This record gives sequence, C-alpha cells and structure tokens, in this order.
Amino acid sequence: MRLDRRIITWAAAAAFAGSLPQAALAATEIEWWHAMGGKLGEKVNEIAEGFNASQSDYVLKPVYKGNYTETMTAAIAAFRAEQQPAIVQVFEVGTASMMSAKGAIKPVYQLMEEAGEPFDPADYLSSVTGYYTDAEGNMLSMPFNSSTPVLYYNKTAFQKAGLDPDSPPATWPEVEAAAKKLQAAGYPCGFTTGWQSWVQLENFSAWHNVPFATKANGFEGVDTELAFNSPLHVKHISTMASWQKDKVFDYGGRRSDSAPKFYNQECGMYMNSSAAYAGIKANAKDFEFGVGQLPYWPEAGKPQNSIIGGATLWVLNGHSDEEYKGVARFFSYLSSPEVQADWHQFTGYLPITHAAAKLTKEQGFYAKNPGTDVAIMQMTAHEPTANSKGLRLGNFVQIRDVINEELEAIWNGDKTAQEGLDEAVERGNALLRKFEKTAN
Amino acid sequence: MQHKRVIFQGRVLPYFLVLPQLIVTLVFFIWPASQALYQSVLLEDAFGLSTEFVWFENFEDLFADPSYLNSFKTTVVFSLGVTTLSMIAALVLAAMADRVVRGATAYKTLLIWPYAVAPAVAGVLWWFIFNPTIGVFAYALRQLGYDWNHFLSGSDAMILVIIAASWKQVSYNFLFFLAGMQAIPKSLIEAAAIDGAGPVKRFWTIIFPLLSPTTFFLLVVNVVYAFFETFGIVHATTSGGPAQATNILVFKVYNDGFIGLDLGGSAAQSVILMLIVIALTVVQFRYIERKVQY
Amino acid sequence: MIENRPIVTLVTHIVLLLGVAAVAFPIWLAFVASTYPVDGLVSGVLPLWPGDQFWINYGSALTGGVEAAGSPPVLLMMMNSLVMALAIAVGKIAISIISAYAIVYFSFPFRATAFWIIFMTLMLPVEVRILPTYEVVANLGMLDSYAGLAIPLIASATATFLFRQFFLTIPDELLEAARVDGAGALRFFFDVVLPLSRTNVAALFVILFIYGWNQYLWPLLVTTDESYYTIVMGIQRMVAVPDSEPLWHLIMATAILAMIPPVFVVIAMQRLFVKGLVETEK
Repeated sequence: MRLDRRIITWAAAAAFAGSLPQAALAATEIEWWHAMGGKLGEKVNEIAEGFNASQSDYVLKPVYKGNYTETMTAAIAAFRAEQQPAIVQVFEVGTASMMSAKGAIKPVYQLMEEAGEPFDPADYLSSVTGYYTDAEGNMLSMPFNSSTPVLYYNKTAFQKAGLDPDSPPATWPEVEAAAKKLQAAGYPCGFTTGWQSWVQLENFSAWHNVPFATKANGFEGVDTELAFNSPLHVKHISTMASWQKDKVFDYGGRRSDSAPKFYNQECGMYMNSSAAYAGIKANAKDFEFGVGQLPYWPEAGKPQNSIIGGATLWVLNGHSDEEYKGVARFFSYLSSPEVQADWHQFTGYLPITHAAAKLTKEQGFYAKNPGTDVAIMQMTAHEPTANSKGLRLGNFVQIRDVINEELEAIWNGDKTAQEGLDEAVERGNALLRKFEKTAN
Repeated sequence: MQHKRVIFQGRVLPYFLVLPQLIVTLVFFIWPASQALYQSVLLEDAFGLSTEFVWFENFEDLFADPSYLNSFKTTVVFSLGVTTLSMIAALVLAAMADRVVRGATAYKTLLIWPYAVAPAVAGVLWWFIFNPTIGVFAYALRQLGYDWNHFLSGSDAMILVIIAASWKQVSYNFLFFLAGMQAIPKSLIEAAAIDGAGPVKRFWTIIFPLLSPTTFFLLVVNVVYAFFETFGIVHATTSGGPAQATNILVFKVYNDGFIGLDLGGSAAQSVILMLIVIALTVVQFRYIERKVQY
Repeated sequence: MIENRPIVTLVTHIVLLLGVAAVAFPIWLAFVASTYPVDGLVSGVLPLWPGDQFWINYGSALTGGVEAAGSPPVLLMMMNSLVMALAIAVGKIAISIISAYAIVYFSFPFRATAFWIIFMTLMLPVEVRILPTYEVVANLGMLDSYAGLAIPLIASATATFLFRQFFLTIPDELLEAARVDGAGALRFFFDVVLPLSRTNVAALFVILFIYGWNQYLWPLLVTTDESYYTIVMGIQRMVAVPDSEPLWHLIMATAILAMIPPVFVVIAMQRLFVKGLVETEK
C-alpha cells in the first residue's frame, strides 16, 4: 500500500503543479479550446506560455479537446450548457455554422475595436483572411493554422523515369505523361491525393476560377446551390476515374490516409496540404522530394489562386469584458511577426501576416527549405475572385461526407463522373436547404 | 415477468433498494434521452439559437433518403457477419480449450486478454494492419494475388469492419462458451463416450444442445453489440465508406449528430433505432423468459 | 479428456494456437510498432519482429516523451483512468445488486415499472445521447470531477439484468430456510445472497472495469482540466495531429502501457470470472 500512497501523493503534486499558473490570483483566466494534438499541441502550449510570460494581467489556458469535429462539438455542447470557452479553434468547414450563430460568436474585428487593441486588417494576407470575412470585408475569426494543397513529387523517381527532377508537371496532361513514365520505370502508381473533396473539387474550382457553389460560393447568401457538376469538373473527375483503372491515379482513402503510398514510393506524386511538408520530410527516407504548384487544365486558361484549409480561432459570447480584453491582447500577440514566423516555420502552416512572411524570408527559411514557399506563391499569385475567395457553405461537414461517398462510387466504377457529381450536388443541396431553414 | 415464489414483505425497503439506480437512470438516462426524443421533432441550429417545431419532417426526410434505407441493409449484413463470425470462432476455440488438459490456463489467458484493449486503440491497430499500402494483411493478400483495397472496394471494407468488430467480441464469447461447457457434468460426456460417440458427435448431441441458454444469451449480446457499440470501429477504419458501403445505422446517428451537428435528423434516427431495439428486446425477452430457464 | 488420441490432441492444439495467433496478432503488432524508431512505421510494410528501440521508446513514454507529444504525464492519466474505472465498476455493481435484489425478492407496487425504466437503458448507448447528457452533467455542476466522469456511465441496466438472472437461479429453499431462522431481508441479503454472488460480482467487475477504462468520448467532453485526463484520451490526443504524422512509436508504447492494468485485472480475476459465469449458467 505504500506504493499506492506514493502514487497518490505524486499525482496530487502533479495536479497541483498543473494548476500553478493560476496561483497569480489577480490574473484573468482565458480558456482556449483547440484541436492540436502531438507536436502541434506542444507548440500551442509554448505560444500560450509565451503570451503568459509577456504580460501579467491574463492567463491563457489552452485545452486540448480532441480532433477538429470533437473540439467544435464540445464547444457547441458547452455553449448550450453555458460553459463555453472564450476561444475555440474551428476548422474551415465549420465556418458557415459559426457565422450564422450570430448570438453565439463575437466577431474578431468587433472584439479588437471594443478592446481598443490596435488592429489593421491590411496587415493580414487577404487570401488567408478572405475565407473568414463577412460581405463587408470584416474579419470574423482569427486565422490560426491555414494551409493550401500543393503537389509533392518524388525527385529520385523522376530521375529514374527520365523526367526532369527540377520541373514538376504543371498541367494535368503533363501529370498523366509523367505518371506513365513513372509506371514504365516500375513505379506502380502515378499519383494519389489526400482530402479529395478539398483538393480535387474545392481547390480545383478556385484554381480554375469556376464556381464551386452559386452566390459567390455562398459568401453572398445562404440560398446558395452547389455547382461542381459543370463540364470542367465532370471532365476532371471522369479523367481521374479513367486513370484509376490503370493506376495513373490511385485512390488511397479519405483525409490523409493516402500518405503511405507516397512515403512507400508506390506513387511518385502526391497532392496534399502544404502543412504535410514536415511529415513528408520525416518519412521520405530513401528519396528526395520536391514541391510544385497544383496542376491545371490548359484549356481553362492560366490558374487563379488556391484556397486554404485549416482552422481559425472564434471568440464565443458570454464572457466578461475583462476576458475579451485579454483575448484581444492575445490575438495581437499571436499576430506578431515573431510568433507567426516561428509558427509558420515550425508547422508548415501559412503565415497570416505580410510581416511574418517577410521575416521568414529574411531569416533565410525558404532558401534552406526549398518548396516551402510554393504554397504562399500559389495563394497570392492573383487577387482572389468570387470563385477563389473561399467557401461558405452550411452543413459543410456533411456535404464533404456526401462528396466523399460519391467520389468513391465514381472511383470504383459504380457511377460515372456525371452521375456521381450530379448526385452529390443534389444531396448537398438538400443539406444546404436544411441549413438555410435554421440560419438567421 | 418472472418472479420468486417466496418473497419478502416490505413496504419501504424495496423502494430504498431500487432508488439509487432509479435516480441515476432518471437523471442520466431518461432525462437526456427524452430531450433527444423531443429534438427529433425540432429543426434547430447547432447552438440552439433558433428552434422550430416541425412535426415529423425529420422523419419524412429520413425515409425519403435512399442512403438511409441503404443503411438498414448494411446494418443487417454487418450484424449477421459480426454475430456469426465472432460466435462461431469463439465456439470452436472454447470447444478446443475445453478439451485440452495441458496448457489450458495459458490458452485461456492468451485468448481473453484482447478483451481489455480500448476500441479507440484497436481502431488504430486495424488501420495499420489493413492499410492497402503498408498493412501486413494487405501485403499478405497481395502476395496471394488479391489486391486488397478497402478504400475502393465496398466488400473489402465490409469484411474489414466485420473482422475488426468480431475480434473485439471473440474473447467475450469465448469466456461464456467455455464457462458453459465447463458447467456440463463430465459424467454425461463420459456416458456418451462409453456408448461409442466420438468427440464430434458428442459435441453436437450433448454439448451444443446444453449450451443453448448461453448461445441465446450471447446472440442477444452480440446483436446489441453489433447494432450499437461498433461505431467507434467504423469511425476509426472506414468512416462508413467507401460510398456508404459500411454506413451502419449507429454510425450514421453518431456521424450526423456528433460530427455533422444535424441534431434533429440524428435524433430522429435514434428514435427509429430505439423503436427497433424495443421491438427486438421485447421479442427476445419473452423468448428468454419462456424458453430458456436459467 | 476421455479418450486420448494423439491426432485429436494435436489438432486441438493447432486450432488453439491459430486462435491465439489471430486474436493476439493486433496487439503483437502494436508491441512490435512500439519498438521501432519513429520514421520506419508508415513508409514500409510493418515488420513482424520487434526492433531495438524498446528501452528508448518506453523510457521516453514514461519519462516525458509523451508530454512532449502534447499530453499530461502518463502516470497521472493512468491514475485517473483507474479512479474512473473503479468508480464505474464499484458504483454500478453496488446500485445494480440492490435494485436487482428488490426486483426479484420483493413484491411492491410499480415493481414492473421500475424494472422497465431501468431496463430501457440497454437501448441507447451513451454516445448517441451524449450531447443532452453533457448538458445535464454541466447543469449539475459536475464537469471536471470524478463524479461527472463516472456516474453518468453507471446508468445502464446490464448489471441489473445479469444479477436478476442469477438471483432467479438461487433455490427458493434457501430463502425458506433463512425464514425459519428468522432472517430478515437485509440479513438474507448479506448472509446468503451476497456471498453466493461473489463470483458474479467478480465477473461483472472485470467487464465494467474494462468498460470504464476504455471510455474515450465521454471523458473528452466533460473534462477541461488536465488533472482529470484519462489515458485513452491521452492516446487519442497523440493520434489527432492534423496535417502531420503522429509519433506512432510513442503512441504504441503508451497504448501497450495503457493495456497493462485492464489486462492485469482480466488475468488476475480470470478464475473467479469464469467461475462466476459458470454458476450463472447452472
């Protein structure tokens, strides 16, 4: 039993140590619920500690709440029970749900104004914040971790297949040609993709400057309808479906489940988030890899810009002004070039301010890590249009599920691209109508 | 309902005895569950800021949705698969373990400890084993000439979730079957052996019939398990895909409600699920009470 | 057994070994994965034989590697899991055995009603009604407490159902004899029913302990204070790393560590457990 007692004493000590920062009684505590596990979670704690050390009025307490959906659901459940945190991290597909919950959220621009915190929206990268602004261009939430899909390719394999390892394919026909050469050189598959809806439909639309949904992708009203069954979309998806048959393209599962296909050198090309860079670097053991921009169909003209994915920080209603002041102070801290540049370089997420991008460049990070700037170039190549600002769709989590299901039916040959996309649009529209009824 | 012939007379005591459980049940089950029921006739945004009473619209939507009807079929296939596989495997193993003299405890121990593995952890393990690219199982099948890809093939995905869900249940079933077999008087089996019945014949004519209460109990437990407690496995391995091939009812409830935040639609599904189970349990309960006397 | 034919015995052992291999295989794999360095695991087919990083990985899992991966200390989380699992197992057995006793051994108005109210809980697992349950717990001020972690999960009828089944098998003669001795309901419960239920209690304890230990979604929702985090939550936290690769070697090592207490309970109580089941069947 002595052991038991030791464990308990020890645990009590640990619990006590955990609550130490609160010892500074005068400080206002701010809860921040986030979805960053692993090393990212460690970095989040580091940011919070940095903020806490930088001032003594507020104590920021980061709380891990599971993956993105779990975190969002936990925050909503907490809101219904009046236990909500001041800050919650919500992924991009939850944007419309958060926005339409007007009584539940405190827009960031308003928060900064009320707290008298210096705040200039022009400091931020418009291609990042654009996803999270209202029709008047006001920032509603604070971007935190944003990324955009890019093309990773196996340089070593390119060399073996007689391709130029320094010029990744820029167009889809070039992707096909490269894939066939890779296959001829003994690689079983040409390319695979993570997050199929995000990369092959959502970003595909922005990149080719065609609407994913009407009403400026939902920015101009909740009566939006999905539009990703246009001829260009159908052409792209049906071509991919035909490629699936001879493994020019090989589907590797939802989310990032396809990553091992690239690590394993089964597929020589891989489209996924720019934030996957660190993971690829760690796992690409026997080969060199490079980063290129997303391919495009030449007949659709030059590419526009890609859109982001990731998550932002939303401020929830129901807290004291004192807490909101602390939140505003924290957002300023988070936006400072040093914090942003460090976060950007450590995680591979995009910097959210021009100053942070500039600082990173000055520090020589892009030169040392070739390819890490592709995402920023791709995002900022052109001023975003109505088709490439972002997406604002209600029930988007479920719509993505629908898209996943229909795409899978297309890949395995149960449906043609036209049938599958029509069906996805129809089912998705039903979800949009349902959302329209509960919104405002 | 079955009852003792001889009972105590008590005015107050029985209430005291059932009270703790009743309170816990009322507060933490009936109350939230009835809120879930009420939710099924509402159309509400996730935050509960706007609420509209819509009568049975959520139910109408459900039954107009072919994917929901498809989910029923998937659930039946899945439950049959899990129940059959986990019970047969457990029965065979229990019959063997009942026979061995040497090493019986070791076998028993090795067969039951997977029961202790958390589903959340098991999901990760299955992801590793079946991953078409790096999974050992997929690799072995590839060597045999079968291209395993549960991301693409609906039947592969169904096999995967059935195996994963059954694995968790085999240990449990094994324990019950083994316990049942060890409770059979050895004299009965010896008598049959003297009459010249071989081990296989003895199993079918004596052991298996005597196991029927256990088998029936396990049937109920396994069906309930397959219906209700498997969304964690589906969530971790296939997320209902590809193309809804493994979208079982309980996963859909969880996914639409907890992930998709469609509270009304999800609540309507829970109501239907509850009705199914109430029907199932009433039938089974009557059957247990009448036919299988413990 | 009765006859001793070597060929039958051999087949028996082969089938059992195959069964053991199939059942234990995923866990073996987890163990194997926990003995490799981090980068080998997702870039090639997973090997079947352990690597050489056992001490390094487990050392780092126990001494802060997990914290570096974003979790509270492993031992603290295991403590919390232990408290939660014990509270669920003990609490549920306690309230179930007395309510089953009342339902079987007493006749009182609303007996059937009480039974059906309790029995209904078999029909909806926690996860499906998790959001309203959370609201209830929050309204009662039970967030971030062991009570909030455990009590809502006690609301289930499985144990009551099993005790009821068992009590029905206790011969009526025992009660008649006790009556002759002048024993009341409580004395009969403590002197006869409870000792007879010993093995059933053990069996249920094992089942419930594991159920409690393995909970994931519920603790995730009701805790925001790291000092209440459980180990399964901790493991998931290491897995949920958006846009990057999880530290699989540490995750697997922690998963193996997290398995030790429930496996220990299963093995330690195995004899009682099986015996409990046997007696129910008689």
